[in-house]
Amino acid sequence: MMRMYEAVRLKDITISYDGNSPVIEGASCVINKGSKVGIIGPNGAGKSTLMKAIVGLLPFKGEVEIFGKSLKQSYEKVVYLPQQEEIDWKFPVSVFDVVMMGRYVHLGWFKGPTKEDYKIVEESLKEVDLWEYRDRQVGKLSGGQRQRVFLARALAQKAEIFLLDEPFEGVDQETEERICDFLDRLSKEGKTVIVVHHDLKKAKDYFDDLIMINHRIVAYGPTSQVFIPTYIEKTFSKESVILEKGLVILK
Amino acid sequence: MIDIFLEIFISPLGYQFMQRAFLAAIVVGVICGVLGSLLILRKLALMGDAISHAVLPGVAFSYILGINFFIGAAVTGVATALGIGFITENSKIKEDSAIGIMFSAAFAVGILIISKLRTNIDLFHILFGNILGVSRSDLRLISILGFIVIALIIIFFKELKLSSFDPIMAKSIGLPTEAIHYMLMVMLSFTVVASLQTVGIVLVVAMLITPGATAYLLTERLSTMILLSAFFGVLSALLGLYLSYHLNLASGAAIVVVSTLFFFLAMVFSPQEGLILRVKDNDCLANN
Repeated sequence: MMRMYEAVRLKDITISYDGNSPVIEGASCVINKGSKVGIIGPNGAGKSTLMKAIVGLLPFKGEVEIFGKSLKQSYEKVVYLPQQEEIDWKFPVSVFDVVMMGRYVHLGWFKGPTKEDYKIVEESLKEVDLWEYRDRQVGKLSGGQRQRVFLARALAQKAEIFLLDEPFEGVDQETEERICDFLDRLSKEGKTVIVVHHDLKKAKDYFDDLIMINHRIVAYGPTSQVFIPTYIEKTFSKESVILEKGLVILK
Repeated sequence: MIDIFLEIFISPLGYQFMQRAFLAAIVVGVICGVLGSLLILRKLALMGDAISHAVLPGVAFSYILGINFFIGAAVTGVATALGIGFITENSKIKEDSAIGIMFSAAFAVGILIISKLRTNIDLFHILFGNILGVSRSDLRLISILGFIVIALIIIFFKELKLSSFDPIMAKSIGLPTEAIHYMLMVMLSFTVVASLQTVGIVLVVAMLITPGATAYLLTERLSTMILLSAFFGVLSALLGLYLSYHLNLASGAAIVVVSTLFFFLAMVFSPQEGLILRVKDNDCLANN
């Protein structure tokens, strides 16, 4: 049974590449609507893999429910922000065009954008302060601006669930703060935000809930309850050193 | 002056076979340019080369069975693309090796069939083109294939654009990215068949890639790139055809050489990416 505040439910997700030992094994959890959730874990623990499964980019065993429905019935509700290196920045496409792609899922086959779609794209670009850059080729922007283009595209999609894969990678301090404010605002508006993140120092401040994984879900729950030495040690095993007051430094 | 112009550019049009050659060159220039732009952006240049060779056995089979060329060509073209995908996914062989294996195999089979069976297919003409021999029915076939390819690209432009730029997002919103890939392979096979007589199997990859690459250097808009690419495709095809007519050169080779010239001109003079611009920039830096 789905409850009102449930956004994503993972049921016993197992993912393996080419029959090798699974990258993710038996992952189950419920992500609440409007929460900001960090997925943390050591390198190679399957953080990005789990996120890609939620968006349907990888085959997996188990079930993903989005607001109680299958992913196939919910494409427009979920948006995935790729890592910067997954994009060909020399592609001949303008900032405006990229943001318009967020509307494609609503357009369906054989149809072009309407006036309404143009308006939504304009609003989304203004929201991230990139309206004046709309005609620029997307590669001719700074790292932070590129990240904001993809945020605008996610906004234009009017999604309910935002998945971000290392959004703070390769951006300056100012952009990081902007993205954080932005994620806060989304969550206040009732959107669900799920972020793959590797910087433990900030995990505590940024997220309401944490999913701590190392091939399996080690701990899941409110940050204050799960971000404790026992679980951190279990998740990161030999990679981490635990200092007093729950501060952690990666070796 | 005007006499020379008339002599070079207008007098060849007095012959019907030249008129048909011109029309064929225009259609082929357009479709190769348009489809080629997409191949370049999807990093499928090598695949273009592979599928163009893989069309040969299809043409031979079609001849034996007495069916239309483009049916056999589409079948062997797509079968080769599927074979490449199968090898890449089911072994540790990387895609470039899989392409090398599959297309030379298909090409060899095609040559075996043509050399063994007594057909009056002229292998040389299939491999290198015979634009002056374009018949009325050839021209009709070329136009139909061209129409199909352009229509598909216009209809699915949005999906092609997204799946080329960001395949991950395309997949995440439920677009059938694999089906789109194989649709492109079918279009590629059609384009190769349409280009058989103009440039031939061996050189068609140049018509697919070079005009698109030239356009890519000159613009930052996908739609402009596609239009420019078609423009360079047509211009190269026509100029190549004139050269071929007046100097008695192989038409396919002449067309390819002309289009390569345009590419190098763009490489040197492109307002955005050109080498001249870079040298100037460096000078400025040195002076500052």
